Amino acid sequence: MMWLSPSEIEALSLSLSVATRSVLMSLPLAIPLAWALTRRRFVGRTLLDAFVHLPLVLPPVMVGYLLLLVFGARGPVGAWLERIFGVELIFTRNGAALATAVMSFPLMVRAMRISLENVDRGLEEAARTLGAGAMDRFATITLPLMLPGVLAGAITAFSAALGEFGAVITFVSNIPGETRTLPLALYTALQTPGGDAAAARLALISFVLGLSGLLLSEWFARRVRRLLGH
Amino acid sequence: MFSVAVTKRRGSFVLDARFELPTPGVVALFGRSGCGKSTLVNVIAGLLDADAGRVALGDRVLLDTERRINLPPESRRIGYVFQDARLFPHLRVAANLEYGKRRAQGPGYVSLDTVCGLLDLGALMDRRPHQLSGGERQRVAIGRALLSQPSLLLLDEPLASLDAARRAEVLPYLEILRDQLAIPMVYVSHDFDEVLRLATYVVLMESGKTIARGGLGEMSLNPDLRSIIGADAVGAIVDGTVLGTDPSSGLMRVRVGHSELRVQAASAAAGAKLRVQLLARDLIIATQAPQHLSVRNILSGVVTAVTSDDADSDLVAMDIGGTQIMARVTKAATRELALQPGLPAWALVKAVSLRGHSFAAPAAISNASRDA
Repeated sequence: MMWLSPSEIEALSLSLSVATRSVLMSLPLAIPLAWALTRRRFVGRTLLDAFVHLPLVLPPVMVGYLLLLVFGARGPVGAWLERIFGVELIFTRNGAALATAVMSFPLMVRAMRISLENVDRGLEEAARTLGAGAMDRFATITLPLMLPGVLAGAITAFSAALGEFGAVITFVSNIPGETRTLPLALYTALQTPGGDAAAARLALISFVLGLSGLLLSEWFARRVRRLLGH
Repeated sequence: MFSVAVTKRRGSFVLDARFELPTPGVVALFGRSGCGKSTLVNVIAGLLDADAGRVALGDRVLLDTERRINLPPESRRIGYVFQDARLFPHLRVAANLEYGKRRAQGPGYVSLDTVCGLLDLGALMDRRPHQLSGGERQRVAIGRALLSQPSLLLLDEPLASLDAARRAEVLPYLEILRDQLAIPMVYVSHDFDEVLRLATYVVLMESGKTIARGGLGEMSLNPDLRSIIGADAVGAIVDGTVLGTDPSSGLMRVRVGHSELRVQAASAAAGAKLRVQLLARDLIIATQAPQHLSVRNILSGVVTAVTSDDADSDLVAMDIGGTQIMARVTKAATRELALQPGLPAWALVKAVSLRGHSFAAPAAISNASRDA
């Protein structure tokens, strides 16, 4: 990667690191949530559904601000996390990951739900008659069959996490090497006199990254389809 | 003993099913499409909740709404073969079979080898479900259900989605299962030919209700059957015993009641059981011993009942030596021959249809199916 400058490598690897953390944070929550929203009827389901989708319609800056209130050093959850686990979110890459996780969460849940809706419930019934209990069925039938959706969701969320700007800069600021991901670096370059060339290069990196993500997910979806014989 | 008495309301549809049948054996749930057969099977399996009722297999109570017993499907130990097979698409055939086997509860009675042998699955093990034909898929589904070592096997129209050729390919396997395994089966069908080949008992269903039940021979004479299968398909099913082959004609001699039929059939050993259908429309009644006729198959007996079939014809029931048969005659013939219960009569058989081999419900698991 000799054609990239050290600061570009820093922004790129930070972006990848933040996006990876963000996906790992949201996956364990998104899978059961997608399942519950698709398969269960319970009081408050519609409200929960709306709540999950909120980040899509709220200004990202506002999401960042809310995170600051809740997870900030003096926020109820933030103070607790720091006291009990010594986890600091504010001004850290974990904080950036949290902000991008919240922002990309609806996309992830959405992709999983679409795929879960296509899982034939008859197969789960068949598993039941063969003696499989609820967790067993989920692990051996439902989850493998919704895997295309889980992967699509993860890839979409990863790509969205690479591009998240507003929530990140509001919640964890713009610190080189810690929270300055590609879009923040791009923004910084644009704010710097004579930074046009640097901005163009960063834009190109983002472009290539995004395109590869999309191609990768398409290739993967095709493989899975062939495996299942569709 | 397998006993079912359940009710369930679904909108305007009311399921009200009750029957009690000895096990093992094959119970055919027979009725038109949409009469509630599948709903009933799902209630038995526990996939649908009954509003009220009881389902018990021997002394194992699966459902009893009064005693608040309702085992979930995964604890009922009921194997279910669905119409659409429902193989797990992400697993190979071997893993599909393994899925049932690994979760088996209760005593195991069939091994993977036995099931593969009975259903001819050996060559399919490495395939994925989408690489199988419809008939192969059903065979794998049957094998998977068997390997969960169920105490009852439900088959919900397993052949309905197959074309005639595939159906003919799978049917013999079902006969093998019936004859070699002592597992009770409930076979749902709207095709009477399948029922004739497989069933030991028949439960008739009409618009959500079980309207009649009994052994196949007895049920073949049941008047309620006519409205479902049509007047031309009505006829006695009788179990005959092979006596031997007639050397001059090459036809098989089969004892039915205290008479003898000659049947064109692949040769079977003397003593073998054959299931034979005598359609009511293919029988002619005579009140004197017939002579000088080309018809060779003549059954002698006594008229036991004369019932009106439609505006022009009657159904005449005859006892031919512990076996009941039924003939359709015109009302004019009934009058002229003065047909009435107690009258000695002869039935001239124009055609005999073989309906596979007959069998006695096995009392115990045969050696062939016992785990080695």
